[in-house]
Amino acid sequence: MRAVHHLTLPRALHPGAWWLWALGLAVAASRTRNPVLLILILVIAGFVVAARRSDAPWANSYVAFLKLGLVVIAVRVVLQALLSTRSQGNVVLFTLPQLPLPDWANGVKLGGEVTAEAVLTALYDGGQLAVMLCCIGAANALASPRRLLKSLPGALYEMGVACVVALTFAPQLVTDGRRIRAARRLRGRTRGSFRTTAMPVLEGALDRSVELAAAMDSRGYGRTAHIPRRQRRITGGSVLLGLLGIALGVYSLLTDAMAFPVAAGALAVGLLLAVGAMAIGHRRVTRTRYRPDPWALPEWLVTASGALAAAVMIIAAARHVEGLVLAGPLVVPPVPVLPVIGLLLGLAPAVAAPPLTRRRELVPA
Amino acid sequence: MIEFDRVTVTYDGATEPALRDVSFSIPEGELALVIGRTGSGKSTLLRTINGLVPHFTGGTLAGRVLVNGRDTREYRPRDLADVVGIVGQDPMSGFVTDTVEDELAYSMESLGVPPDMMRRRVEETLDLLGLADVRDRALTSLSGGQRQRTAIGSALTSHPAVLVLDEPTSALDPQAAEEVLAALQRLVHDLGVTVVMAEHRLERVIQYADRVIEVPGGSAAVSTGLPVDQMVTAPVAPPVVELGRLAGWSPLPLSVRDARRAAVALRTRLTDLAPPRPVAVEGRELAQCKDLVVAYGNTPALRGVSLSIRSGEVVALMGRNGAGKSTLLNALVGLVQPRSGSATAAGADPRRTRPSQLVKSVGLVPQEPADLLYAATVADECAGADSDFRVAPGSCRALLDRLAPGLDDQMHPRDLSEGQRLCLALSVVLCGAPPLLLLDEPTRGLDYGAKRRLVEILRELAQAGHAVVLSTHDVEMVAEVATRVLVLAEGELVSDGETATVIAGSPAFAPQVAKILAPLPFLTVGEVATALERAS
Repeated sequence: MRAVHHLTLPRALHPGAWWLWALGLAVAASRTRNPVLLILILVIAGFVVAARRSDAPWANSYVAFLKLGLVVIAVRVVLQALLSTRSQGNVVLFTLPQLPLPDWANGVKLGGEVTAEAVLTALYDGGQLAVMLCCIGAANALASPRRLLKSLPGALYEMGVACVVALTFAPQLVTDGRRIRAARRLRGRTRGSFRTTAMPVLEGALDRSVELAAAMDSRGYGRTAHIPRRQRRITGGSVLLGLLGIALGVYSLLTDAMAFPVAAGALAVGLLLAVGAMAIGHRRVTRTRYRPDPWALPEWLVTASGALAAAVMIIAAARHVEGLVLAGPLVVPPVPVLPVIGLLLGLAPAVAAPPLTRRRELVPA
Repeated sequence: MIEFDRVTVTYDGATEPALRDVSFSIPEGELALVIGRTGSGKSTLLRTINGLVPHFTGGTLAGRVLVNGRDTREYRPRDLADVVGIVGQDPMSGFVTDTVEDELAYSMESLGVPPDMMRRRVEETLDLLGLADVRDRALTSLSGGQRQRTAIGSALTSHPAVLVLDEPTSALDPQAAEEVLAALQRLVHDLGVTVVMAEHRLERVIQYADRVIEVPGGSAAVSTGLPVDQMVTAPVAPPVVELGRLAGWSPLPLSVRDARRAAVALRTRLTDLAPPRPVAVEGRELAQCKDLVVAYGNTPALRGVSLSIRSGEVVALMGRNGAGKSTLLNALVGLVQPRSGSATAAGADPRRTRPSQLVKSVGLVPQEPADLLYAATVADECAGADSDFRVAPGSCRALLDRLAPGLDDQMHPRDLSEGQRLCLALSVVLCGAPPLLLLDEPTRGLDYGAKRRLVEILRELAQAGHAVVLSTHDVEMVAEVATRVLVLAEGELVSDGETATVIAGSPAFAPQVAKILAPLPFLTVGEVATALERAS
C-alpha cells in the first residue's frame, strides 16, 4: 500500500475532502427541522473538528461560527416574538405591550401576545441555519479556504491567486487603519477626516499591491504557453457557463425550486462543461505544483462519509420518512432511527482522516 | 554577466533622468555593492537589471542592459525570472503565499520546474539558509532576519545566475544582519552566484564586496572600481574607512580585522589620550515608567520595565527585533494600554491627555514614517505641520532643508525614497520641538550624510534641554549621539548605563572604532580626531 493510503500515517488531508464532507453535512441539515437531528449534526461536526484540527490560526473558526449561529437564532426568535400572530398556534406565553401601527400597515403587528408555537418555530428554523453555518465553520477550521484555493485546477489559477491576495490584504487593511488612526494622535489631531484616515490606508494598499505585482512579475508569474485568443475566450466562457449550471443545479436540488430531473440535468451539464473547459484550459498553463495535496484513500473515505450522510437524509426526505419534519411545534421531537444512523456515518473522518503531523517545537524568533 | 551600455532612464513626467549614461559590467560570481546617497537612483539601477524598469514602472530606457546575454528591452521581468532573482526593500510586501515552504517554491512553480526537482531544491535551500526549523511557519510569524532569508531563498530556488538585493540588512538587528550576510557569502563563494546589492550600512557589507558601483545622483557620472580604490574618495564611507583616512593608512582597511592589524601604532599613540567621559546629566525628569507591563493578547511585550528619562539625555534603546522597543516608545505616547504599572510623560498619563496637549510634551516618529504624512505635496505637508504644532510658517521646511536639502516642493510624499520620506516625517515632528522626542528606528534607509545631519540636530536638541529616546540597531549612530543606552531583551531591561560602558564591551553592539582600538575607550572617529589634535 502506498504511504498516502495509510489512515494512521500523519499528514494533512486534502482540503477539498474536508469541504466536501462539510458540505455533505450541511446538505443533510438542510433536509430536516427536527432539533434532535440538528443537534446531532452539530455534535458530529464539533467532534471531528476537535479530533482533527490543527493549531493554525484559522482552527478556532468552528467556535466563531458557533457564536454566529447563536446570534442568528437569537435574531430570529426575537423578531418572531415581536411579530408573532396567532396564526401559528394559541398557546400564549406572555403579552408584550403592543405598538399601535397606522392603517397602511394592516396585518402587521408589533408586540402583543407571544405564542409558544411562534417562538419554537423560529428556534427550529434558526437552528437549521445555524447548524449549516457551523458545518461551513468546521470546514474552515479543518482546512483554510486559502489551502483549498491552492488546489484549484490550473485553468482557474489566476482567479485563485487573486483570491489569495485579497485574503491577505483584507486583514492588512484593518491593521493599517488602526496604525494610522493611532498615528493621528502624534500630529495632535483628535478627529480624523476621510483624507487623514482612508486616504493613507488606500494609498498604502495601492503601494503594496504595486510592490506585490512587481515581485510576482519578477518571479515569473504569468508565463504562459501561447494559445490563440479565440480558444482562450471559448474556454473561459464555458468555464463560466459550467459553473453557472452547477450553481443552478445545486440550488434547485437543495430548495426544490425545480423538478428533480431538470435540476439534476442542469448539474450534470454544468459539471461536464466546466470540467471539459478546465481540461482544455490546463494546456495553456506551463506552471507546475509544489507538493500537491494527494487524493488517496482517506480523502475518498472522508468525502464518502459526508456524501452518505447527505444521501440518507435526501432519500429519507423524498420518501417522507417520519421524524424529519415535526408534526407541530409543540410536540416532543421524535428520534428517527434510520436518519440518525445515516448521520452517524458523518463521524467517520474522526478515524478515517490521518492525524496531523506534530508541529515542530517552536523556535523562538 | 551583467552589462550596462550607456544606460539612461527617464521616468514619465520627470524632467531629469533618474540615471544618466551608466556603463559598467559585472563579471560572473562577483559581489557588487551599489552605494550612493538617499534617493540617488540606486533602486532604479537595481530594477533595470531584471527589466522592472522600464517594463513595469514605465518611463524610457536608452542604451542597453544585457543580463546573461539577454537584452532587457526584449525580455520582460517574468521572462528573466530564471536568470535574475530580486529581493525588494521590504521582504513582506513581496511575499505571495503564506508559509515558508510555499514561498520558496513559488518562483519554481511559475517557471514550470518539475515537481521532484522542486522538492529537492526547496530542501537544499532550507539548509543553505538555515530555515529548516521554520519551514512550515506562517510568514507573518517570522523574525526580521528569517523573513529576509526567506525572501532571498525564494529568489534563489529558481537557480538564477544573478541575485539582486535592495538594502537587505537595513531593517535588521546586528545579529540578524550577520545571518543574512553569512548566507550571501556562501552563495557567492560556493555557488558562484553574481550578487548585486544596494546598502547604506557600509560598515556591515563593504568587506565582502568585490566591486563598488557608486551612484552619485544628479548629473554626476556613475563610477565603478575596487572597494579599496572607491573608498579613498567616496563621500559615503563606514567608520573603519574614515579612521583609515584619518590615520593615513594605505591600503585602506575595509574590515575590522585589517584595521586592527594596521592600528598597532595608532593604539600606542592614543594610550594616554582617552576621551573625556561626559558627566551624567542631571536634568528634570521628563518621562518615567514604573513596572510597566504591556501584552498583546497572550504575548507579553514588556515585562515590568522601570526607567526614568531626564532632560538633556539622548537615550538609545537597543535589542533584537521584537524585544519590546517600539512598544515602550508607544506606551510613552499612550498608543498602547499598559496592563499594569504606569508610564508617564511630562508628569501626566499620556492616555488621559488630549492629543493637542500631548504633542506639546511628547513627539514620536513611528516606524512607518508615512503614517504621519497626509498631504499630497511636500509643501502642503510642511504647511500642515506648521499649523498643527502652531509654529511659525516655514519652520518645518527649514528643518527639512537641513536634513535632506533640495527636496522638490511639489513631490508627493509617497514618491520620495524611503530615506527622504523619513526625513520629511522627522522634520514634521521635530518642528514641534517637544521636550521629549521619541524616534523609532530613525536611521532606516538614511545615508551617512543624512545621519550626520540628524546627529547634529539631536545634539542641539539635547543641549537645549530636550530629551531624546531613539530605538535603533545602528551601533555607529548610538556611539555618535547617545549619552545612555538601554538594552531590552524579551521585554525586560537587561542593561542601562552610559554608552561607553554598555556598548564597548558587547560583541554585538560594539561600534567599529571600539573594536579596532580596544581596549582603549574610543567609540567614534570624531573622538579619535579630537584626541590626536589635542596631542599635537
